[in-house]
Amino acid sequence: MDQYSYEITMPSLGADMTEGILVEWSINIGDEVKKGDIVAVIETQKGAIDMEVHQEGTVSEILVQPVAKVPVGTVLARLKTNVEVVEEADAASLPASVKSESPAEYMENSKIEMVIPASVVSVISSPVVRKIAQEQHLDLSNIKGSGPSGAILLRDIESALSVSSESVTPAEAMRAAIARAMEKSKKEIPHYYITLDINISHVQQWLQNENADKEPEQRMLLLVVLLKAVATTLIKYPQLNGYYLDGQYRPSKSINIGNVISLREGGLMVPAIHDVDQMSLTEIMDAIRGISSRSRGGHLRSSELMDATITITSMGERGSDSVLGVIYPPQVAIIGFGKPRQIPQVRESEIVVCDVITTSLSADHRVSDGIVGAKFLNALAKKLQKPELL
Amino acid sequence: MSEDELKQLIVAAIQEVAPEIEESDIDPDEDIREECDIDSMDFLNFLAELKKNSGVTIPEADYPQVNTLTKMLKYMAERLG
Repeated sequence: MDQYSYEITMPSLGADMTEGILVEWSINIGDEVKKGDIVAVIETQKGAIDMEVHQEGTVSEILVQPVAKVPVGTVLARLKTNVEVVEEADAASLPASVKSESPAEYMENSKIEMVIPASVVSVISSPVVRKIAQEQHLDLSNIKGSGPSGAILLRDIESALSVSSESVTPAEAMRAAIARAMEKSKKEIPHYYITLDINISHVQQWLQNENADKEPEQRMLLLVVLLKAVATTLIKYPQLNGYYLDGQYRPSKSINIGNVISLREGGLMVPAIHDVDQMSLTEIMDAIRGISSRSRGGHLRSSELMDATITITSMGERGSDSVLGVIYPPQVAIIGFGKPRQIPQVRESEIVVCDVITTSLSADHRVSDGIVGAKFLNALAKKLQKPELL
Repeated sequence: MSEDELKQLIVAAIQEVAPEIEESDIDPDEDIREECDIDSMDFLNFLAELKKNSGVTIPEADYPQVNTLTKMLKYMAERLG
């Protein structure tokens, strides 16, 4: 049988990610891996992430030893596989800017410092220096040694450490990552925004009945119903679900919804739930519970941060009446749900109280027009009148 | 269970979802979710924790009766007898 080689690379977990730190391998040479197995832990601006492999095979080479900071796309290890390796059509697997330029141009333009793993460069240093450098994620190839033949001594890294320890905190790194993605979005994507007040009286009533005799851990949130309704409505609106790359729109067959999760300590994560249109409401609730706790406690999987085809931001019960989101590139739309509220409505000359949620769509005008967005919101509203069918 | 013990039990359950919150941060007569910045998912986790430690399930229909610390103390005290 033919043997093919497959490269495991530092993934891009979004347009804002330029580099990552390989923290540890969970594989050894000779190990068999399956698609979706966790092979390593990587540290990114989004915290520690469990990195998955996208191909089955046998680990043949490990090229980078932890702890090493490397640019996105760096080959970390190789697999031998019997399956012919087809380049993944998944657009999100590379940051938008990488696709349109050669890797060399990308490096040049993004001013990424190429950090070569310590195992490759022959840096002369003492064992204690190497150990501290590993623990502190310090790149020795950038440090000028004062020892014999330029060897790096403890005193040389002390100054480097004091600089790096006060340079960037995790919160600042996350802020910077959000800043990069949002700046790119507003510079490149011509957004249009539309909103619709959707009557959710039926949904609230239905949820109340469903949850009435349930234990807390079995209850369902309004967000679950909203996610399922969005996903099933999107099937007929491919212009809102996909990626815009290289001046070209590529709709996605999968409907993977990124969920904006605010962290208590500030900043946010946008992990995706895959194939929401095919999930039951209970499965969606379990998935939300999972990403919500892992966003805070760690162990999000790399695919959860790579594969979102559209994003939902929900203000919950304590937020503003409406939210107009900024699209997360290379996606082309973001849906915003405001705070559910009660308003008086005139129905057959009677004033009745009804529950509404202001729903917004921010979409990429290069790909769709406002009328498409408006039709989508109205179709969503219709779907939400019959929650029992979701 | 004394009122103080009951309060400790509630605060401990809040801290499971909002570790940085101290009892002194909570105005007992203000909305408990706003006071502790708890979203709807964390509120469910908080109720699950409370159930685990006290045996009391608070049904969704009773949420308005437990929306402040004072009201929740009263609600729980009645059920724990």
